Formats: sequence, structure tokens, C-alpha cells
Amino acid sequence: MPLITYREAIRHALAEELERDKNVVVLGEEVAQFHGAYKVTEGLLEKFGPKRIVDTPISEAGFIGMGVGASMLGIRPVMELMFWSFYSVAFDQILNNAANVRYMSGGLINCPIVIRGPANGGTNVGATHSHTPENVLANHPGVKVVVPSTPYDAKGLLKSAIRDNDPVFFLENTILYGDKGEVPADEYLIPLGLADVKREGSDLTIVTYGRCVLHSLAAAELLQKEHDISVEVVDLRSIRPLDIDTVLASVAKTHRVLIVEEQKPFSSVGSQLAFMIQKEAFDELDGPIHRLTTVDAPAIYSPPVEIEQLPNPQRIIKAALEALQ
Amino acid sequence: MPSPVNKKPSATADAKAADSAQSASPALSAPINQQLTKADKIALFTTMMRIRRFEERSLRAYQAKKIGGFLHLYIGQEAVAVGCCSLMGKNDHVITAYRDHGHAIAVGMGLNEQMAELYGKATGCSKGKGGSMHFFAPDRNYWGGHGIVGGQIPLGTGLAYALKYKGLKGAAMAFMGDGAVNQGAVHEAYNLASLWQLPVIFVIENNGYSMGTSQERSSAGDLGKRAAGYDMAWASCDGHDVYDVRATMDKFLQLAREESKPAVVEIRTYRYRGHSVADPDNTYRPKAEIEEYRKTKDPIQVFQQALVAEGVLTDALIESIDQAARAEAEAAAEFAEASPFPTPDDIQKDVYWEADNPAERKSQGRLFFD
Repeated sequence: MPLITYREAIRHALAEELERDKNVVVLGEEVAQFHGAYKVTEGLLEKFGPKRIVDTPISEAGFIGMGVGASMLGIRPVMELMFWSFYSVAFDQILNNAANVRYMSGGLINCPIVIRGPANGGTNVGATHSHTPENVLANHPGVKVVVPSTPYDAKGLLKSAIRDNDPVFFLENTILYGDKGEVPADEYLIPLGLADVKREGSDLTIVTYGRCVLHSLAAAELLQKEHDISVEVVDLRSIRPLDIDTVLASVAKTHRVLIVEEQKPFSSVGSQLAFMIQKEAFDELDGPIHRLTTVDAPAIYSPPVEIEQLPNPQRIIKAALEALQ
Repeated sequence: MPSPVNKKPSATADAKAADSAQSASPALSAPINQQLTKADKIALFTTMMRIRRFEERSLRAYQAKKIGGFLHLYIGQEAVAVGCCSLMGKNDHVITAYRDHGHAIAVGMGLNEQMAELYGKATGCSKGKGGSMHFFAPDRNYWGGHGIVGGQIPLGTGLAYALKYKGLKGAAMAFMGDGAVNQGAVHEAYNLASLWQLPVIFVIENNGYSMGTSQERSSAGDLGKRAAGYDMAWASCDGHDVYDVRATMDKFLQLAREESKPAVVEIRTYRYRGHSVADPDNTYRPKAEIEEYRKTKDPIQVFQQALVAEGVLTDALIESIDQAARAEAEAAAEFAEASPFPTPDDIQKDVYWEADNPAERKSQGRLFFD
């Protein structure tokens, strides 16, 4: 199977969907001539031309709102946010207009847009560029929220997102763009809302998503080697819709849960998960649900300290050992 | 005072003066108005009257506590929506803000489904899920009905983008109030529309007050002229004169459809009622000003007098149109009253396309949470 990067996987998904559906159009800052701020869209302008691959001004409220309006008439815009952190300047368009228009019109209008871009800390860009808004987004009924951790998942999920008739917010990770993984040459789709058990285990379930999946897998390896603890790692892949059944099945197997996320703790995705697990699998739990998040402060700049602010394998190991006490 | 044209309503103006001034509306000679038949003119007048009577009836329903939330009445501004929407071809689209009933009637939505929406009934145009500020009729190219000031303007630009992308000869009319012109989203939309030459006309319905703040206290400079900064064509016109609205808008609609050119049109108008019916309207403008407009500039009166002078309307016909509009509004209220409310089971319908189309659902997992 070909080994390609997370960046290439996303690019391939875009190219395949652009090829398949003439209503798909890619819009965003620097996506065309510049080849993408993170080179995700490199080569697409040359292949598909300026009508399909469109550089926008730095004007998120304008161009995202424009994409929402165009989607109401049947265009399928895939809009790149250079950073998901910039969603704040387009909040009204994303979460009032895209999220609500179907409901407020009594189901008469659809909004088949995708907004994609990186949402992560860990690159020393400070508090304004390090937001992880998946909890904020998923708090709005009407939207779907996807956070892929591997090249394989990124490609299959993005293709599904582009074909979806509801607005899908696709949160990538700048640190993962260069990571390689096996991706089939033949076309495949991964349905939104289907979690993936990335590692099987019997002592502890780590529920996680995004880059924290990789940290959790590294921690699981060390926990096995150094502590003889068998960890199961469940990658949610999609926040909304949410595959809680896979999580609950794992809890029923291990009876111990650690949630790992790059969110700030207050009202995070993990908060919702913890509520659902205790509600639906109370009798399966042998101890309280534990959670490891980003340390609760705006993203610090200082490079060595930011590593400690975010979840990392060492912090996960410590949290896992606590969860097993 | 709201705007140059409206600044000094003639203190001596009376119905007669308005009559003679109006019968000579310079805009009547515009080709788009010359091609109006007698029946067309009566239809325009009738639609304006239907808006007026619908709004008056909805106000009474609000006062009777049949309607919740906000109610922003279009009374006084009828010539704007009717004039603009009367020009729509099959690829022309409309989007507006929360003062949206007039546009809905002007694009041909029935009064029943609108009144039922105000009553929060399942038979409403949005099944009771949108309310007064969120009317939609995509089958009539009417895309709402939006609650956040200026938030609909990028969407309207997107309608135009879609038209151009698909190679359709049409135009989008994106309506906003004079309060919206200071929102960033509006300026971002102006820039995109001009940069990409999108067939959108930004229509500023300048009624002089953004809620309770007059134009002079909220906006620097001429509202329409801001278009020049974005290298867009612009114009102002008299929103009390449906002929002028049509003549002005027609030029820009042609440019949009044929040459994919955007424009800004400021239409000077006036609302007699408060910002919403919750606005007691006793702090920010003199009552005499409202009365002055009612007496000398009322768009229905102005048009009525013009049509009488043209020999199109007679007193008997006016009376019958008015009575029919009142009866239709009353029947709409009865329809709304008799209609069922949505049920609690309906709350989670129309949220996701996939949830409403389970046979075609591709995703898995939970979409809703408790």
C-alpha cells in the first residue's frame, strides 16, 4: 500500500472529489497560487484551474458566509481556514448561518459545506493561533465535526465530508501534515461517526482523537513495556456524530477509562464523553473516569513549556497510572 | 433626520400637492415602468396594500399575545420590497434581514403560511421553527429572513457566486437596513462582490434609524457612496415611489444579469412603527416627523394618487382592493389560529438532512445528545 503524508491524503481526497463533482470548489486564503499555507492544496490550481481553486482575501466572515450562501444554491464549497483559530472572526457565518439555516427554514434549505484547516497547539504560535474549537462547534446541533489522526482516516473522512448534505467542520493538525501512513490507491470512504480502535487492550480504555491518538499509542506502548499494562486506544475520529457504542464496548471490556484530549478542560469534548460513559456504563466502571487535557491556561508560547501544557506521552502515562489506582 | 431627501419634508405639503407631484413621477417614463400594463400596476398596488394589511393584522395578533418574540413591521417601506421584487426573473434571488414579511409577500408567499409562522404553528413557512425574523421560500428564490444585522449579506453574495459559477444569467438582491452598513461582514461582502464581479445588488433600505439611533448618529458619510471605495456602481432612490425603485433597480439588475456587475443601491424609506413592536418609539424621533411622512410620503398613498391620476385606479377599485387585503389578512389569522402547533417530537426534526432522510444516511453514530 502506498505510504503518503497526511497532507497528501487530504490533497488526494480534494482532488478526487473535485474530479467527481463539478459543484465542488476549493476556496481559502493562499490555497491556489501559493499552493496552500501548509501546501495541502499544492498542484490543485494547475490541475483544476482558477474557477475551482480560488484564492480569497483575508476575509473569513466574507468568504465563509459567501460559501454558505453558495451552498444553499447547490455549490459544495470546501473552504480552508488557514487556522481554525480564525473561526472567531467568522463565528456568525459558521454557527448562526451554516448551523441554523436548515432548522430555521423548516428543512427547506441545505448547507453542504465543508470548512477545513488545522486546529492545534504545539507549534509555539501563542494563544491566538492554538485554539481547538471542536467542543464549541459540536455544541451546535446541525453541524458535524471531524478530527482525523492518520492519513488513512483523513482521506476517507474528508471524502465523506464533501459528499455530506450537512455542514461538516474538519479539524486537521499542522504537526501531523508531514506524518506518513498507508493509504490505499483505490477509492474508499470512511463514514463520519465511526470510531476506530487503534490498539486493542484489556486494562484501560483511552478515549481520544486527533494528534492525542498518536501520543496515546506511544504511551500505551511504554505502559505495556514498562508497567505490563494493556491499554486499548479508541480513536473517535468524529466528534459529532459520535460513535459512543464503540467507546462503551471498550469500557465493558476494560472497566477503566482515561479520556485524553487537546482541549481546555471546562466543557470539553471529554466532559460530554464522561457524562455519557457514567450514564450508560456506570455498572461497568471499576473506578472514576479520568481525563487528561491541555493545562487550563491560554496557549503558552515558550517552546519547551508548551510541550508540557499539552497532552504528551509522559503526561498520559502518569494519568493512566492514576486511572488504574 | 434620516437622509438628504427625507431631511425636510415640506411643511406645506398636503394630499393635493403630493398628488400632483406624484402623477409626474419622473421615473414613470423609465422603460421598465412604461411597459407596465394597467393590470401590472394594479398588481403592484395590491401587493403593497396586502403587505400593509398583513402587518397591521399581525400587530393586532401580537397585542393579543398570539405571537411571541420580536415583530419588526414593514409598514411604510412597502414600495421597496414590492418595487424590487416585481423585477425578478427566474434566476434572480432575494435575501434580507429580520424585517422580512414584506419581501416574502412581494415574492409571492401566501399570507397563511406567514401568519401561521408568526403564530408558531406547524403550518408556518418554517414549520414554526423560524418565527418572524426567519421566513424562507427557496421555491420562490427567497432565502430569508435573517436575524443578525448584516449577517445575511455574505450569504447573498454567495447566491450571486453560485449564479456566476453555474453560468446562469441572474442576480441576487441582498437587502439590509441602514444599521447594517457598519458591520464588518457587509464590507467584506462588498469587497468580494467587486473583486470577483459577482451579480449582486446590495440594497440598503435606509429608513433613517438603526433601531433607535439615527443615521447621523451612527454612520459617517453617505451610505451608498461607500460603494465607490470598492469600485462599485451605486445610486440612491426614493423608496416612497415604487416607480423610482423599479427604474433604479432595473438598471442595476440588467448590469448584474448581463455583465455580472455588483452595485449598491440606497433606497430612502421610512418606518412608521418602532424598530420592533417592543419599541415604544418615544425617545429618538418626534411624533411630528412620523406624521409628516404619513401625510406626505406614504408609499401606498403616493402610488394610489399616481394611479388615480393615470386613470388606473378608481375609488371603488381601491376600496375593493383594500377590503380584499383586509379579508385576506383576517383569513390568514384565522388559518393560523386554527392550525396546530408543532409537537415536542418536531423539535429535533429539520436539524440534520441525514437525520430526516434515514434511508439515505451515510454516517453512523449519534447525532443528538441528551
